[in-house]
Amino acid sequence: MNEQKAKYNFPNEKGKFGVYGGKFVPETLMTALYELETTYKELRNDENFLSELREIQKDYNGRPTPLTYAKRLTEHFGKGKIYLKREDLCHTGAHKLNNAIGQILLAKKLGKKRIIAETGAGQHGVATATVCAKFGLKCIVYMGEVDVERQSLNVFRMKLLGAEVRTVKSGSKTLKDATNESIRDWVTNVHDTHYIIGSVVGPHPYPMIVRDFQSVIGAETKEQLHEKENKLPTHILACVGGGSNAIGIFYPFVNNESVKLIGIEAEGYGIDSGKHCATLTIGSQGIFQGMYTYLLQDSNGQISEVHSISAGLDYPGVGPEHALLKDIKRAEYYSVTDEEALEGIKLLTQTEGILPALETAHAIAYLNELMPKTNNDDIVVVNISGRGDKDINTIIQNLGDKE
Amino acid sequence: MIRETIEKINAKNQKALSIYLTAGYPKVDSFVDLVCKVYDAGADLIELGIPFSDPLADGPVIQKSSEAALSNGVSLSSVLEMTSKIKERVDKPIILMGYANPIMHYGIEKLISDAKKAKVDGLIIPDIPLEEYEDFFTNKFKDFEITLLTTPTSSQERIRKIDELSSGFVYCVSVTGTTGVRNKFGNEVKQNLERTYNIISKNKMMLGFGISSPENIKDYRDYTDGFIVGSAVIKSLGEDDEKFTRTLKLIGELSGACKNN
Repeated sequence: MNEQKAKYNFPNEKGKFGVYGGKFVPETLMTALYELETTYKELRNDENFLSELREIQKDYNGRPTPLTYAKRLTEHFGKGKIYLKREDLCHTGAHKLNNAIGQILLAKKLGKKRIIAETGAGQHGVATATVCAKFGLKCIVYMGEVDVERQSLNVFRMKLLGAEVRTVKSGSKTLKDATNESIRDWVTNVHDTHYIIGSVVGPHPYPMIVRDFQSVIGAETKEQLHEKENKLPTHILACVGGGSNAIGIFYPFVNNESVKLIGIEAEGYGIDSGKHCATLTIGSQGIFQGMYTYLLQDSNGQISEVHSISAGLDYPGVGPEHALLKDIKRAEYYSVTDEEALEGIKLLTQTEGILPALETAHAIAYLNELMPKTNNDDIVVVNISGRGDKDINTIIQNLGDKE
Repeated sequence: MIRETIEKINAKNQKALSIYLTAGYPKVDSFVDLVCKVYDAGADLIELGIPFSDPLADGPVIQKSSEAALSNGVSLSSVLEMTSKIKERVDKPIILMGYANPIMHYGIEKLISDAKKAKVDGLIIPDIPLEEYEDFFTNKFKDFEITLLTTPTSSQERIRKIDELSSGFVYCVSVTGTTGVRNKFGNEVKQNLERTYNIISKNKMMLGFGISSPENIKDYRDYTDGFIVGSAVIKSLGEDDEKFTRTLKLIGELSGACKNN
């Protein structure tokens, strides 16, 4: 295990993170996956591509995003020091655009004319529809019927951006089913279509590509904290659904062993209720949507119906790299409930004037556990993966006008 | 047994017919009877689909049958029980077709031993491509005929490798896409079939995905050793009477097209 940590270099040539990951998809997609991998490996060392990517990240997405010292939140706990990595300030309101920009440039190089994407909360759908508008490509977004209802604002935004939103009515009608339907579309239209997966999930090379495009979060954090404090953080906190914002901020710190990496999953109504998405916390290994990873499943290997108040965390699997980081104990994973997440919303909004997304609020809520155990010179960075405007309807329904 | 069955049929200048049925669909109680009747109506082989919650290679018809089978309580154990019962009555090939996760969850060693007892002849797992083959199909699977799939996007090199690693037959997928009835096929289907049929040398080749009518069979019979029909049969079962009158008639017609040279 320690050996694996010292030589952290994943995925391997087979697309595996330790035993996790891989390419468990129908034969139809294999050629497209190789083509994607080859093109990506060329581009990631291509100075023209990288400078185009940097320019769009800067002038269009608004990077670098600030690292904000959370003074009143820090005072609230009276211990340690809390910084917020402000992905909520990205164009379109979440970290999702970092990946969508990278992948649309890839799609252009691949000569693909049609873009498909899955979405849960709608943030990845909005990010994809946005880059498709900017680059003039046809965009189709698959979204579960349940999510279409609870994230109506984002549905409207996607349509306004010119995307076609296809409502998915199969299975649990949420993110996993939208992903199944996207894979089915890709299998059918693979000759002219690029599938922009929104998280570090799916078959290789997707978990690697999405991680690399999201790693800008962690790289900036490292540099910004070095400027402000001249040291590394002691803790990094991020919410985990598929796990893209978490990998994005974790990855550049994986080899800095002193930095504790903590991922927070959605516990829904609580582990005992069976209605949650605490995949790494209590899941078991299996094969799902192209990857070998931790899953929530029943004793027959059928994928469980999961629940979270947050549509972006409502997923029964998790990125294979998180599975590895858990096993080699390089990252720790915990979970918080819907109710705690709602408290997290209030906490950040009322101490810092920042309304986080419901997903992000899970990471905020875990500060209640973490901060009392910190020392005064500890520095905790929380990845504010997105802003909460999209969740206003859900928040009103749950908090009402009590506040 | 799979290969021999197809060979014998081909020796008479006829094509083999494999019918895909989702195990336990439309009903669990009458399913074993249904399978026996499907053989009687003209099926040479039967593929029994193990239902899965997330069948990402399947179109809407098989998805729905899979959901229905799961709510009928069908699991891999019950599929094996059904297979045993069918084999007591009919000595024709049965191939299990299912996604990797329920199979892995059952336990590979346990599956191999239980499937052998149930007299399963072969396995098709659409989400185990060449790249994952060695890790998944360890040599413990040697008593089963393993079928891999080729598709229009597979390179010549991949088709050769698929042929090399398959036993029994190679499953040639007609089009890029999921399972399901298609109103029309383009010319590229024939081109791909001809190409694939020429490359495959070790195994028999069966054509599937979108094959729904005797006309489809007539169109492509020169380029394959047999046909696989799934969604058209499942769709018919969903709308049929308790004696499966229309479905058995359809299978009779499909069989007629395979046997008439």
